[in-house]
Amino acid sequence: MADAFIYDAVRTPRGKGRADGSLHEITPIQLATQVLEAVRDRNELDTSAVDDVIFGCVTPVGEEGACIPRVAAINAGFAETVAGVQINRFCASGLEACNMAAGQVMAGQADLMIGGGVEHMSRVPMGSDGGAWATDPAVAIPTYFVPQGISADLIATKYGYSRDDLDAYAVESQKRAKRAWDEGRFQRSIVPVKDVIGEIVLDHDEHMRPETDMQSLGALKPSFAEIGTNFGFDSVAIQKYPEVERINHVHHAGNSSGIVDGASAVLIGNAEMGKRLGLTPRARVRAYASIGSEPTIMLTGPSFAAEKALRRAGMAVGDIDLWELNEAFAAVVLRFMDVLGVDHAKINVNGGAIAMGHPLGATGAMILGTVLDELERTGQGTALVSLCIGAGMGTATIIERV
Amino acid sequence: MTKTIQFRVEDGVAILSIDVPGQSMNIITPEVMDELEALVDRVLEDEAIEGAVITSARDSFMAGADLKMLSQLSAMAKSHRPGEIFQQAVRLNRLFRKLETGGKPVKELQKTKTKPFVAAVRGQALGGGFELPLACHFRVAADDGSVKFGTPEVMVGLLPGAGGTQRLPRIVGIQAALQYLTTGKTLSAQEAKSFGIVTELAPPDEIVERAKALVKANKRAIQPWDVKGFKYPGGGGAMHPNAVRTFMAANAMAREKTYGLYPAVQYILSCVYEGSIVPFDRALEIESKYFTRLLVEGQAANMIRTLFVNKQAAEKGARRPKGIEPMPTKRLGMLGAGLMGAGIAHVAAAAGIEVVLIDRDQASAERGKAHSEKLVEKAVKRRKMTKEEGETLLARIKPSADYADLAGCDLIIEAVFEDRALKAEVTKRALAVTGEDIIFGSNTSTLPITELAAADPKPENFIGIHFFSPVEKMPLVEIIVGKKTGDRAIAKALDFARQIRKTPIVVNDSRGFYTSRSFGTYVMEGYAMVAEGINPALIENAGRMIGMPVGPLAVGDEVAIDLSYKILKQTKKDLGDAYEPSPADKVVELFVEKLERFGRKNGKGMYVYPEDGSKKYLWPGIAEHFPPAAEQPDVEEVKKRLLYRQIVECVRCYAEGVLVTVEDGDVGAIFGWGFAPWTGGPFSHVDFIGAKTFIAEADRLAEIYGERFRVPDQLREMAQRGETYYKTPETQASAA
Repeated sequence: MADAFIYDAVRTPRGKGRADGSLHEITPIQLATQVLEAVRDRNELDTSAVDDVIFGCVTPVGEEGACIPRVAAINAGFAETVAGVQINRFCASGLEACNMAAGQVMAGQADLMIGGGVEHMSRVPMGSDGGAWATDPAVAIPTYFVPQGISADLIATKYGYSRDDLDAYAVESQKRAKRAWDEGRFQRSIVPVKDVIGEIVLDHDEHMRPETDMQSLGALKPSFAEIGTNFGFDSVAIQKYPEVERINHVHHAGNSSGIVDGASAVLIGNAEMGKRLGLTPRARVRAYASIGSEPTIMLTGPSFAAEKALRRAGMAVGDIDLWELNEAFAAVVLRFMDVLGVDHAKINVNGGAIAMGHPLGATGAMILGTVLDELERTGQGTALVSLCIGAGMGTATIIERV
Repeated sequence: MTKTIQFRVEDGVAILSIDVPGQSMNIITPEVMDELEALVDRVLEDEAIEGAVITSARDSFMAGADLKMLSQLSAMAKSHRPGEIFQQAVRLNRLFRKLETGGKPVKELQKTKTKPFVAAVRGQALGGGFELPLACHFRVAADDGSVKFGTPEVMVGLLPGAGGTQRLPRIVGIQAALQYLTTGKTLSAQEAKSFGIVTELAPPDEIVERAKALVKANKRAIQPWDVKGFKYPGGGGAMHPNAVRTFMAANAMAREKTYGLYPAVQYILSCVYEGSIVPFDRALEIESKYFTRLLVEGQAANMIRTLFVNKQAAEKGARRPKGIEPMPTKRLGMLGAGLMGAGIAHVAAAAGIEVVLIDRDQASAERGKAHSEKLVEKAVKRRKMTKEEGETLLARIKPSADYADLAGCDLIIEAVFEDRALKAEVTKRALAVTGEDIIFGSNTSTLPITELAAADPKPENFIGIHFFSPVEKMPLVEIIVGKKTGDRAIAKALDFARQIRKTPIVVNDSRGFYTSRSFGTYVMEGYAMVAEGINPALIENAGRMIGMPVGPLAVGDEVAIDLSYKILKQTKKDLGDAYEPSPADKVVELFVEKLERFGRKNGKGMYVYPEDGSKKYLWPGIAEHFPPAAEQPDVEEVKKRLLYRQIVECVRCYAEGVLVTVEDGDVGAIFGWGFAPWTGGPFSHVDFIGAKTFIAEADRLAEIYGERFRVPDQLREMAQRGETYYKTPETQASAA
């Protein structure tokens, strides 16, 4: 089996996912195009060497519809031989895209791939693609569908995380993100986004609130109490978890991931192609895994995915130097740390989606790049990246520097 | 000649006047379907006929489909493929569709349209009786307040299967339609007008003329949903963003309310959802398929039998002794003006009965009447009653401390404190005024009627009339026959129940009779599990998940733990060595003797009742006294214990002769203590899952948890003979 090496990783800064966000005027195809252009230009890449572009996109309708990675490759002026495919594994789509790209390389069916993702949440809102799970009564009722926020609150309730626990985690995320930006830790990966006249419209993650403290978070209202009590979702969760008396609604805008716009791309290939193109491998993909788990609590999948990936790699928790778990909700990370015994000092060391936001389809590839940058900065060797996923899935990837 | 629909033609307009013989209300029978089909064809074919008016020759339009027919169809499912049942189920849909399209394909209908059908409605138009007008092109409704439109199918585990799930959302929008389709809530003519369901309101004697005028004014008609480019009110079907939100919430609320126990609710949502995405004809087929599924799954037949057929039979006097003249109560002597006495006085007065409400002093009696005053005030405020009606009602209640006022009463009911001596004393004092021939009822819930009857020189006149709290809301009355109670007393009690519009069951004397005895097992099984260290939240959720209105610990708090304690002590004393101890006993004893946590009444029980009125929550201290078991059971096991424990007690009551009929057993369980209505009652449930399966499972539970799960020999013998509690298909579904 061939090794899959990561040669480069780029991402856009994340714009606030609202009409007044800096990236709102930039089209989704532009975000996707600009990260592809960056991969090409930074590496002086002969794009005809690229076999395929796999992009995650969770809401592939409207502007994000119709196989956005192929169209982005054409739009970026890539060789017309470069194929493109859009995938959806909900929140882990970006990481799954990289895993699939790596898998093609490992299997010997491709030499050079681009994995990544795009999500323009201010222009194509979450849920625009509909779907059976939430709405089709013949599915939603028998399978105990609840929205993710209820699942996150269920995790906090079932495993006893208080609002203070979650808020303390969120404050730390903001602090770490600020320090990372202040020290330029993201510089290697960031591709500023340009507008139609070529001016930079955003060069930093604009969702951050570094001034956040326990007091300011304490003033926020729980986000999911209303749908939980008025629309019956608390009862649905309790019917699936009858050991719970009532759901504590402890998540809010300040300890959950932000809605943002962004894109990412990771260049992955085998050793020969890297050599031929004069690229320096930065890391090797050791193993990856995706799993399914109980869909109502939904967001406890990462520990299972991590364990599976560790098994495939023949590694143990102690073999991982750095952990990166998407901060979809604070309780997700707290639960993950408890299950695997991961020290807070080793996970999400540069903050995460609570501070910087979570552009659904792009995040996985973004945080893969983030953890690679951090391995290089600190001289450490191994990292595990994971995300919780809708419908109870989990995806994890283990990389090691070469 | 048609037998169920009178037919005539006036000025070129056909008048179809439904009049189904031998039925108290018009219902859709196979014969009605045949005749309606023939008449629709005639209207469509006869060139001299311009259109038709469909109305009723009765005060009410139509009460829906014949439930007997549906139960038979459901029974047929045992020996027929679902596709064959579907062919029956879809018939009404195809007939109504022909009525509205003239039998033309939609494409042709665009150009040529069809002859108009107009419904002229007064009185009730429910179920199929609402769906028929919906299939008409226009609807005229009487403006006299008599009209009630609605789709009550969901209440017996069915769905509106004659186009209701398709036409209503297309007229009023998805969200509004779901409110009615999933609850059975009714609409007045005025409400229906504001929704656009009703085209015109008219005085009841003009509805047919106005309907005729609509035919004349609209020579060619087409339903809005058949017009090309039709859009749902509020958006474009289930894929519209608004509808996505509506369904997300409706799905969750459906599970919240039904715990997944009532598939009809889900299927109704599915009909509306799936039907909104496809062409109308396909949508109707989908509806009929879900309807077929309900018939095949069979739960609806159980619900229809108990919630409808046998409940009505009980109310009509199924258990009334034959050959005794009607014995309506004109003047009731109510002894005891506490919560129960005041409630009984109120419902009696509301039924037009004069009431003398007696208590030990005038002030106490007045307080009892004040209960009625409050209820009347509320009813007037909510416009359920006019001020005058309220005053008339209240004038019927005479509060008094003087037993002499009982003169002229023809029924006495006592609801004084549960104390044998006190009850004997008030019985004697009352009889001294009224004479010994009066029928005397006791509202005791715990004391044996045969013993109380000893205070009556004529014990044949003495009977138990057990009400449930709150009286004005609870539908059941449990009539208890003591050893010496005579038929006249039974007849009188049943006639009284009928007057006050309660559902009566008749049982024989026993400790706790039928309802209290069986219901008590639910609470005590909950306490037994507390004693075992089972997570109280799991117990409570499991109780709701089997379809009980509240968890066993919550309802135990409501009836008061110290009451359970008193009954426990009395039972132990009475039974001596024969008493079977339960792990629940020590929980009850601890809570009453040591902890003084009596339940809601003193603000602390299994739950904490915060003084600020915020939501109650389980008392964390339970874990200190009963440390959580290291291994918690699966919720399915907890559910099974709570359900089976009750059923075992019910079947024991039948085996012991406390219950005389299983019909009373099922009706009494559901309407008395809210026993899982989706089952159709404990006896229906045993039949449904099979006696052998039930016995095997009960035996397994008995081995693990104790003899309280052991079924009586009578049931074992019945199972061996391959019999069921409900003997024949006829009793399984007597006339609707």
